[in-house]
Amino acid sequence: MINFSTNARRFCFAAVTCLTMLPLSAAPSQAAAKIQHLISPGGIEAWFVQDATVPLIAMEYAFGGGATQDPADKAGVGNLVADTLDEGSGDLDSSTFHERLDRRAIELSFASTRDYFRGSLRMLKDNRDEAFDLLRMSLTSPHFDSADVERIRSQVISGLRRDTTNPSALAGRKFLETAFGDHPYGRQAAGTLESVARIDIADLKDYVRRVLARDTLKIAVVGDIDPATLGQLLDKTFGGLPAKASLTPVPDVEAAKPPQRAFVPLDVPQTVVMFGGPGFMRNDPNFMAAYVANHILGGGGLSSRLYHEVREKRGLAYSVSESLLWADHSALFIGNTGTRADRAGETVEAINREIRKMAEEGPTQQELDEAKSYLKGSQMLSLDTSSKLASALLQYQNDRLPIDYIEKRNAIVDAVTLDDVRKASQRLWGQGLLTVIVGRAPQAAAQPAAATPPPTAKN
Amino acid sequence: MTSRLRIAVRIASTLALTVVPHLASRPAMAQTTVTSDPPASFTLGNGLQVVVIPDHRTPVVTEMIWYKVGSADETPGKSGLAHFLEHLMFKGTAKHPVGEFSQTVLRIGGNENAFTSFDYTGYFQRVPREQLARMMEFEADRMTGLILKDENVLPERDVVLEEYNMRVANNPEARLTEQIMAALYLNHPYGRPVIGWHHEIEKLGREDALAFYRRFYAPNNATLVIAGDVEAAEVRTMAEQSFGQVAPQPAIPAQRIRPQEPEPVAPRTVTLADPKVEQPTVKRYYLVPSAATAAPAESAALDVLAQLMGGGSNSYLYRALVVDKPLAVGATAGYQGTSLDPTQFVISAAPRPGVEFSQVEQVIDSVIADVGKNPVHAEDLERVKTQLIAEAIYAQDNQEALARWYGGALTTGLSIADIRSWPDRIRAVTADQVRAAAQQWLDKKRSVTGYLIKDTAAKREEKRS
Repeated sequence: MINFSTNARRFCFAAVTCLTMLPLSAAPSQAAAKIQHLISPGGIEAWFVQDATVPLIAMEYAFGGGATQDPADKAGVGNLVADTLDEGSGDLDSSTFHERLDRRAIELSFASTRDYFRGSLRMLKDNRDEAFDLLRMSLTSPHFDSADVERIRSQVISGLRRDTTNPSALAGRKFLETAFGDHPYGRQAAGTLESVARIDIADLKDYVRRVLARDTLKIAVVGDIDPATLGQLLDKTFGGLPAKASLTPVPDVEAAKPPQRAFVPLDVPQTVVMFGGPGFMRNDPNFMAAYVANHILGGGGLSSRLYHEVREKRGLAYSVSESLLWADHSALFIGNTGTRADRAGETVEAINREIRKMAEEGPTQQELDEAKSYLKGSQMLSLDTSSKLASALLQYQNDRLPIDYIEKRNAIVDAVTLDDVRKASQRLWGQGLLTVIVGRAPQAAAQPAAATPPPTAKN
Repeated sequence: MTSRLRIAVRIASTLALTVVPHLASRPAMAQTTVTSDPPASFTLGNGLQVVVIPDHRTPVVTEMIWYKVGSADETPGKSGLAHFLEHLMFKGTAKHPVGEFSQTVLRIGGNENAFTSFDYTGYFQRVPREQLARMMEFEADRMTGLILKDENVLPERDVVLEEYNMRVANNPEARLTEQIMAALYLNHPYGRPVIGWHHEIEKLGREDALAFYRRFYAPNNATLVIAGDVEAAEVRTMAEQSFGQVAPQPAIPAQRIRPQEPEPVAPRTVTLADPKVEQPTVKRYYLVPSAATAAPAESAALDVLAQLMGGGSNSYLYRALVVDKPLAVGATAGYQGTSLDPTQFVISAAPRPGVEFSQVEQVIDSVIADVGKNPVHAEDLERVKTQLIAEAIYAQDNQEALARWYGGALTTGLSIADIRSWPDRIRAVTADQVRAAAQQWLDKKRSVTGYLIKDTAAKREEKRS
């Protein structure tokens, strides 16, 4: 699956349901001990780990708001801003800006996610002044020249056109619409063919003015730099931004109540199924119990219940998994799989059976013990690169976790009881599923949901 | 600019298949470390090569075993067998029944996966450092101890067919790539897809898998890469106690000799039409030398050429097709040097609505002609070299990426010295070498051009399944 392609860039463009996907794992204890709460002379805060093993610096940062700040009829503004900020700023045109980045192999990118406007910056340590200066220019004086905007718009539209026949993209889009309706979470960060066509340059400038401000900014830095130098660079880079964002308030929202089922016809050999329902907010006192429950039912690795029942025993799918997703104003669990068109009904039924069983009986003591063991042991694994560690430190800040969360986490995992997980399972899966099916075979898919059993239950 | 397009037109032929889909980000791969100490390397008495790459930042270790067998080593008629066996390697042994290995990895908080490509098949676990010996015991045990039963094999074949559906059948661009590769390789098995042809995958069985396993899985046909918080001396002891106990198979030839391509004589084109195509694409694949088959300096020149032509917003193709004349929404070039036999240089472009392929190809051809005639500007050459060499430093940040880099190179005919010296070889590439590489290798006679177009004829009715 990994390609040795020199073009590969990291970041999330699976995009279908990018609420918050970072696994809940924590840093190794030695890294945890080294996390500094840095406050620059100008008052800009960052979580910071100084590490000189590799001569590079990785920074992840986020402004509040993200795609929720797109005007209702212009979904995709933040995304178009993200794709265009590096197309010329200050006294540099697009070509010169890219030349300056490329000449020093500086990696700079932006992304509009549901609640946050995110940015990544990675550089070899010798190029740090240039890297931070280019970032400063792109944040504080972007050009949005018409030729550049149109070029990037054509790329976004090309991607959206592709999505119209991509079963996974269609399923993700339909799922969020079903779950959130007219709430901003029901929209895609990239927008739609219609909404992206409507966006003006003034909309881009307005978005930058409203969203890129210091009061919602969170920063995480890992790498070969000392705190004093970093503090100065942060001041230079972000100090020129407005002090306060002016964000449109976003209401909290509960995902639609299951069971519901939607079918999107598409002539593909493999039917794509997306399923889910209301989840747990990150600050819910039972969040960890739900996290453990989800791991047992459909978490990663080769031994979740869904993996055994759908893939290993029946050979119905290559991929089947489920995750908890949490955002600032709502939470979901969401799963997906792909299965032969003529066995889609059987697959959906197998998933529903497992979910019901988990809701009714909860896990076994052994499953609970093994899940805890996994969650504790996996702490350090997801944080073994500077970029991964920086991403996690940013995530903890966005999740309003304390800076010593990593040290507290094992105790939180240990405190989860079998009864907690049973209750969480009941709450997650007791109502059934929101299900979106994309593919052929409407006869297998378009049946009403489990609550009202179809007259003929067999295919 | 958006990275969506770059990924969409990425070189699909280098796809390595995994046993479970994994959502990990794609690391920027570089070809070697630059400032770090060289990895330790030694060979056990039974022929297993071991490479140890220390990284002491986190108490984590990656174990990766690479078998020198891939889809290009399959018997004709059994396409997909290397990948099918990769899946079946998780079905247990006499000592450790099905599920035990994977459950152990999970219980200790680790993760695991496996992958198959044309030239190799690999398996890895990432675990806390103190678990390494246990992982090695499991991995050594399944090198020869696999037990297969139909009750495990047959559902897994359905899983692989679903993987095929997901990756290929549902994806018109992947189907085009299959056709281009089949047309590019007239004689060499790289023309067969790694995942196999559907009609052959569905006939693969337990006996096929076991025969393939017995033929190719042995310590003298593998490379073990250990990256992480370990020292070479302790790894050697552990490796001797586990892998060292497995008997070699002297019958496995040291060199893999496959049917080679005749000198290409005619440009070919293929067109794949599908009603679901919403963004037409043109891809041109040239048959070119790999790092293992190239003359000295030639492979590095091709790396530089690919980056110059298609790496980023100031690359020649992107500028010509996307920025200067708005003919395409994206344009890329790529060269995959790590390949045992001659590989591909790929150019890809996605025309804007209303733009004909011929207009796009005309620009591509003129860019190629220009690069083949005139020496590259010094500042362009410098920029591209910096980017390539920087990748090598960025790769040091990621032990799994490093392990993959070493394993991939060592199983496609390269040495540790080749990997280590890659930045120096990039640095040494001259403008004239780049010009010569373009002139010699980007010759249309060596190429297949593939067109992905929308099928507008409303056809109904389906075959199989």
